[in-house]
Amino acid sequence: MSASTTVGYMERTREYYAAYGYEVPYKWAHFDSVPFSPLKKPLSECRVTVVTTAMPDPSYTKKSRRLANLDPLALPTSLYTDELSWDHEATHTDDVQSFLPSEQLERRIEQGQLGSLSRQFHCIPTTYSHRQTIERDAPAIVAACIEDAVDVALLIPL
Amino acid sequence: MSLAARALEEAGIATLVIGSALDIVEYCGAPRFLFTDFPLGNPCGRPYDDDSRRIIMDAALTVLTEATEPAQTVKTPLVWSADEHWKDAFLRVGPDNIDALRAAGDQRRAEQAALKQPGQASSAG
Repeated sequence: MSASTTVGYMERTREYYAAYGYEVPYKWAHFDSVPFSPLKKPLSECRVTVVTTAMPDPSYTKKSRRLANLDPLALPTSLYTDELSWDHEATHTDDVQSFLPSEQLERRIEQGQLGSLSRQFHCIPTTYSHRQTIERDAPAIVAACIEDAVDVALLIPL
Repeated sequence: MSLAARALEEAGIATLVIGSALDIVEYCGAPRFLFTDFPLGNPCGRPYDDDSRRIIMDAALTVLTEATEPAQTVKTPLVWSADEHWKDAFLRVGPDNIDALRAAGDQRRAEQAALKQPGQASSAG
């Protein structure tokens, strides 16, 4: 594979799980239109949150998937990522900042590039069901962000 | 994750997806997407590497400031390594592992079927 070629994760995943013996391929969500909300104020005045697919601890397994919150000012030194589909051979997730950049965000606030951090960051479970995300998880995160006066959300899947 | 981004945008909150699965995010349709061609797991920078974290956050703030229309992907210039073996290795299926994958799948299906037997599932009844 050449340096300019990106990995085709959809095709790769289909082939892998077909080899695993699953007959019905996973269907990724797809929409013809994409909503877009422009920034309503300068970034230096914006309140920022982060949504991650990592979970606080191993109690948040695939069998008990649920939303969770993290305190941006007291992040744990590790997060639970074992069940996520990251590249376990090429890299690791021991460094939380490699997928949840709280230190960079705090630095940018100190430098006046961003306004403030939200009161909580959000952990969203990955799920086979689009419906769970659309009907349960996403509305809960939206409600929390509105209550917290969030202007910008960084969504960072592993 | 792109589904959550869409919901937030519809509520008036600007979003940026930061990730490394280009085809999946673009297929769903994210309002703004910052792509770094790294192995899945470190979309915000190489582990313990402040330079790559800074470059990615610089790019993120630029996208947020400058994007004027939806479904825009911006790519950072970062390269994981000169050796691109990881791109071929991820979820690889080949003659040497296809039988093992099938066997693992069969075992998992058997375990799931056993859980569905009457009296086995905790929620039964």
